[in-house]
Amino acid sequence: MNQYDAIVIGAGHNGLTNGAYLAKAGLKVAVLERNPYIGGATVSRELHKGWYYSNCSYVASLLRPEITRDLELPRHGLQVVPFGGGATFMRNGDHLGSYSDHDRHYREIARHSKRDANAYDRYVSDTSRQTKLIRPYLLKTAPDPTSLKPRDLRDLVDFARSFTSMGEEGLLDTIKFWTGSVGDYLNEYFETDVLKAHLAGSGIIGTALGVYSPGTAYVLLHHYMGDVDGNVGAWGFARGGMGAIADALSKAFQSYGGDVICDANVDEIIVRDGQAKGVALKDGTEYHADIVVSNLDPKRTFLDITNPKDLPEDVLQKARNFKIRGSSGKLNIALDGLPIFNGLDPRSRLMAGDLHFSDSLERQERAYDDWKNGTWSKDPYLDMMIPSLTDPTMAPPGKHMMSVFVQYAPPKIEGRDWTDEDKDGFEKSVLDQISNYSPNFRDLILHCETRTPREIEAEVGLTEGNIFMGELTFDQLLFNRPFPGYAQYRGPIKGMYMCSSGTHPGGGVMAAPGANAAREILMDLKRPNTVPGGYADD
Amino acid sequence: MTDYDAIIIGAGHNGLICGAYLAKAGNKVLVVDGRDQPGGCASTREIAPGFQVSDCAQWLQQFDDAVVRDLGLDKAGLQVGAAKRTIALQADGDHLTIDGDLLRGAGIGTQDQAAYQSFRQQIDVFAKLMLKLYRSRAPKLVEADWSDRVTLMKLGLGLKMMGKANMQDLMRLALINIYDVMNENFDHPGLKAALAMDAITGTNMGPRSPNTVYTYLHRAMGRQLQQGGVSQVMGGMGALGTALQKAAEACGVRVQLGSSVQQILKEGDRVTGVVLADGSSLRATAVISSADPTTTFRDLLGYQHLETGMARRVAQYRTRSGTAKLHLALSGLPAFSGLEGKALAQRLVIAPTMDAIESAFNPLKYSECGPSQVFDISIPSIEDASLAPEGQHVLTALVHYLPYEPDGGWQSQRQPVLDNLLAQLEHYAPGLKEQVVASELLVPPDIEAAFGVTGGNWHHGELSIDQALMMRPFPGSTQYRTAVDGLFLCGAGAHPGGSLMGLPGRNAAQEIIKQGVLS
Amino acid sequence: MNAPQRDTMLLPTPFHSRVEAMCELNDWGNWMGYTTPNAYFDVELEYFAIRSTTGVFDLSPMNKYRITGPDAEAFLNRMVTRNVSKLGVNRVGYAVWCNDAGEVMDDGTIFRLGEQDFRLCSYQRADDWLHWCTLGFDVTISNESEDIAGLAVQGPTSCTVLKLLGCTDLDQLKPFGIAHFTFEGAPMMVSRTGFTGDLGYEVWVAPAQAEALWDQLFELGRDYLIKPIGSYALDIARIEAGFLQAHVDFVPSEEVVRNGRTRSPFELGLEWLVDFSKPLFNGRAALLAEKARGSRYRFAMLDIEGNKPAEHSFIMKGDKVVGTVTSAAWCPTVKSNLAYAQIEMPHGAVGDQLTAEIYYQRELHWTRLMAPCKVIDGPLFNPKRRRQTPAPPF
Repeated sequence: MNQYDAIVIGAGHNGLTNGAYLAKAGLKVAVLERNPYIGGATVSRELHKGWYYSNCSYVASLLRPEITRDLELPRHGLQVVPFGGGATFMRNGDHLGSYSDHDRHYREIARHSKRDANAYDRYVSDTSRQTKLIRPYLLKTAPDPTSLKPRDLRDLVDFARSFTSMGEEGLLDTIKFWTGSVGDYLNEYFETDVLKAHLAGSGIIGTALGVYSPGTAYVLLHHYMGDVDGNVGAWGFARGGMGAIADALSKAFQSYGGDVICDANVDEIIVRDGQAKGVALKDGTEYHADIVVSNLDPKRTFLDITNPKDLPEDVLQKARNFKIRGSSGKLNIALDGLPIFNGLDPRSRLMAGDLHFSDSLERQERAYDDWKNGTWSKDPYLDMMIPSLTDPTMAPPGKHMMSVFVQYAPPKIEGRDWTDEDKDGFEKSVLDQISNYSPNFRDLILHCETRTPREIEAEVGLTEGNIFMGELTFDQLLFNRPFPGYAQYRGPIKGMYMCSSGTHPGGGVMAAPGANAAREILMDLKRPNTVPGGYADD
Repeated sequence: MTDYDAIIIGAGHNGLICGAYLAKAGNKVLVVDGRDQPGGCASTREIAPGFQVSDCAQWLQQFDDAVVRDLGLDKAGLQVGAAKRTIALQADGDHLTIDGDLLRGAGIGTQDQAAYQSFRQQIDVFAKLMLKLYRSRAPKLVEADWSDRVTLMKLGLGLKMMGKANMQDLMRLALINIYDVMNENFDHPGLKAALAMDAITGTNMGPRSPNTVYTYLHRAMGRQLQQGGVSQVMGGMGALGTALQKAAEACGVRVQLGSSVQQILKEGDRVTGVVLADGSSLRATAVISSADPTTTFRDLLGYQHLETGMARRVAQYRTRSGTAKLHLALSGLPAFSGLEGKALAQRLVIAPTMDAIESAFNPLKYSECGPSQVFDISIPSIEDASLAPEGQHVLTALVHYLPYEPDGGWQSQRQPVLDNLLAQLEHYAPGLKEQVVASELLVPPDIEAAFGVTGGNWHHGELSIDQALMMRPFPGSTQYRTAVDGLFLCGAGAHPGGSLMGLPGRNAAQEIIKQGVLS
Repeated sequence: MNAPQRDTMLLPTPFHSRVEAMCELNDWGNWMGYTTPNAYFDVELEYFAIRSTTGVFDLSPMNKYRITGPDAEAFLNRMVTRNVSKLGVNRVGYAVWCNDAGEVMDDGTIFRLGEQDFRLCSYQRADDWLHWCTLGFDVTISNESEDIAGLAVQGPTSCTVLKLLGCTDLDQLKPFGIAHFTFEGAPMMVSRTGFTGDLGYEVWVAPAQAEALWDQLFELGRDYLIKPIGSYALDIARIEAGFLQAHVDFVPSEEVVRNGRTRSPFELGLEWLVDFSKPLFNGRAALLAEKARGSRYRFAMLDIEGNKPAEHSFIMKGDKVVGTVTSAAWCPTVKSNLAYAQIEMPHGAVGDQLTAEIYYQRELHWTRLMAPCKVIDGPLFNPKRRRQTPAPPF
């Protein structure tokens, strides 16, 4: 009854994707989920009657279109609707809007600086060049530079070739970009504080680094890597909230004969004679399989659900040193109506985009200083959206749902655990930030769910509440993700695999780690591959 | 037509070293400098009658021993003091001593002791690999010629030779921050902070800034370059300049001090010489600048003589600095609690925790003078009595971090900041204030004015990865060549970068000789 | 602070009220964010107005930068590939400019208004690049794009019409010359320049005079059969006359994302604009190297057999694809089927016989045509009146 070919731990989007591809290859697969509901951080929850919260991840862009199509997710109910617009509100009452139309966007930046409006085009081309470099590797396993296997050597040569084709200066500029800070990078293009701040947000979201920390330029790139219908860098909402993605993946998985088992809290991976044999739940139930795939982050995988005696010392060491830092919080708010923002026509389509309230790099960096000092940002960087302006299913007609992503919130407050008072303080600093720019906002609040790293960790199981399941810094990317030597989805135990966002190519609702891991597993089983290759990026 | 085979701008250590190697190879070389003494940032100055300080660089730590041998610096009078221990001052007076591989005091546990040894071993493995890169020009990656390929192969081989585990560690560590590495390895907060100081000295970064492992490795090159540790130079750092001048002259270099280069002369597509402050012009086959890249391109050559893309790279080159220099003339030996006698002659570090360093760093980002700083202190007059009147002393300190241009300007900030620094030192050395005969604080713009280093950055440009190695100073002007024919770089703005190391000068000379530029 | 009330409307040019009134087809396009007519009443008739009477095109969206100061000439000389020192006051020069790699960023015209006073008209916006170009030069740059309205008045009767407007002795103005007049008490500048290859002028006034200029021009020009023309007609004329268009015939280098998609002046047939005898200019080193090494592509003007425009065609040499077409049109005056193509070296020399693979459809039926074509050495349309001074009356 409890015998499977493969068991996947965690019914987040990567676990379900992984399960779907294994099941599609004919394996008998169970995906086990600790919570009574699936989705992990890809959920929609009705926490206030009539309002659905995408209470963790809140926008879709990175979800690989190859996977969406191959698993027939649209047939299973998934609809991703792009949104446009956005704005950064300024302390002087003005704002910088973000328009999808090139000329309109030009005019908006030109209001602040003509030079910047012009330089923006150069910025877009230069950034696209970097994006194009990395996109082909999303649905591939990262080659191991320490390996001499023909496959790794071949991939490394391909990798090197795509870099060297840029020419000496192009390549050096790429290395500069990958190792530099988003602040320095933007300073090389722009003179306007608000524009730099507007763009820099993508360099710090989900990251325990500041805009002046080297390495954040790459994080910016990570947010530009996705696309909606071929529009690279575009973002959209899953209709019905992010849970719609998990639901569609789950249906696809089940259509291939897979079992989703909820309320199944894994205690330990069963290992016999160096071979994974299944999992034991906290309630004592056992599920058996020769393939066990962990969709938990690397710390939980190796430090929580694996017996240390089954692991080599270097893996334990690497897992302990793995950087997975809580740096973000989230507020989900049910609103009685549409808030009005200073200086912006409420009918403006900018309202349907992502709204921010930090108008300079300095304010963003100071927000990070608070995090370093072990407290939440007193002047936080917010990525705020009102998805109900795009998706009518999120709130009753005329009412609205607001999603507020907050940077920064530390995993611990000055070294101790979060208390409820801390949580209230955190909530207040976020609500104050929005109220500063919206006079009627506070009066519209019907319900507010506040999630600090404590809640995110407790409910979703992301260590420290880190949304990417591990910092997206170069030491933890590509062949270093999660750690050198284990970056090809295989764990140190035979039959044990990893498929979470803690593996290449990293976090965001991309589903690529799940798919890539499935390809490796099927290769080990000598089964035909069911995972699609990436579309050629022309 | 030409007056010299090579004219070198700047008689700093790299300029003199480059000149000496070129002259040894039979070239006619002139080194010119606007200052009256040789050495550039290796400088000694009297701050009060009878009190001499090394008024810019304070420690000799990474100087390439090959240069000492090749140029006979010992014979030229260079006397390097004994290798110093690092004493990390602790608030309770139970100080921590780092003596080579050994740790003492401050309740250091055996675990930290062992961890420190294996950490040092691993750092040496990495530094050994880096030496291959530091001792040669940084290879081009796409337009690599055979010699670049040889370097790349050596590096590749070196990587493989260090073993898979080390290689994997290096891949992980290369770009991360010293803060995490310290926390991964050690428990003692004072130890972590003292070691982290090496990673942030002269940078515009705090311990939590990624890339500070690289800067730590940069410091750690000292052992690979045969330096025993941190040392002072007898007679003050200026004695290094004097010895280098003597050695260079012995090689046949003409050193012309007190005459600054006003302009780099460009005719047609080539640099052909220099114009001096007195209006005279001198011609050479190659003009080699040991001035920092910003000074070289922006001030001496002029942006108008560069193509726009290159001019933009120069303008965007980051040369901020957050390090200041504190000089005190003291009426007697200061009394540091818990330190006695010879211990005072060691390198004294005041940085209680890494978070304290980070807190000192934060205000720098906003051009503010923070409430507290961290210090790297030398009392050189103990080992070298010639630096102060008998029984009296000088104290110098590298102070991190103070901004280039604080709000309100240094005019109004200087005195309160100086008072605050003395108050901070007073915690560790009660009574110090009463001993002060003369004091001066060199903030980044002072260092810029005195030594001609843009932004007061004595590394000639921030030493962050994106401005290091094959990117140094910037794409299009690497491998000691520049975008303009006839103009070369040999200073700290060229690979492998700053500190009293001598490698940029030496590498540049070797490269220029190898390429047959002067023949 | 002054965000427009409506978010997305294309901007009106200073002539918009008049343009809109005459735009019978209501066929609009977007040029630099401005509402620009693609066609007013009939593309072919508009085209023939340029070639036979006078066509008027609203140039206002063009980017205009004023460059003044002691180093203005040196600044431009470092920026563009041609020698600006040779450009006299009140003269206009066509120019291209490159990045350090010798890749073409844009083309445009330089108006020398005084010894230290220039105007640069560029196709692309150039605020950012001009800013970086000022490093090391004592110049002031101001963006005048919104301060100047412009009309191209092009065709055989254009000189006559403008003289009626008060441009005394305009017939004496040489090609690429500039003359200054007064219109309604305000300055009006006329340059003998254009994008049609015909006798023609460009008239520049302040936006306040724009509507009056339009009105009087059309009133006075009625007997000379003056007509407004839209972008489609202008495009035919410019192809016939041999002019390149950014984004069509080359991609401005700063917008290029893919390796190898930039073009050098040599690869665009613009070597005549590159003057190595002046000292330093952006791209000089790279272009010298390219000259020594040889270019990757050649710009070729093709005379194609038959009458099917070779839009988007592959160009073959035997069985091998050697290039692609960037611009193509049936040119009604010279009665030729013309195309510009990027041909891989060493093909595409003048006289080379190639084949254009043309696809066209009639009533949803697609036909593939292999049309022989020949590389010609310059535009077929090059009338005497274009160069004559004094300019002929019509």
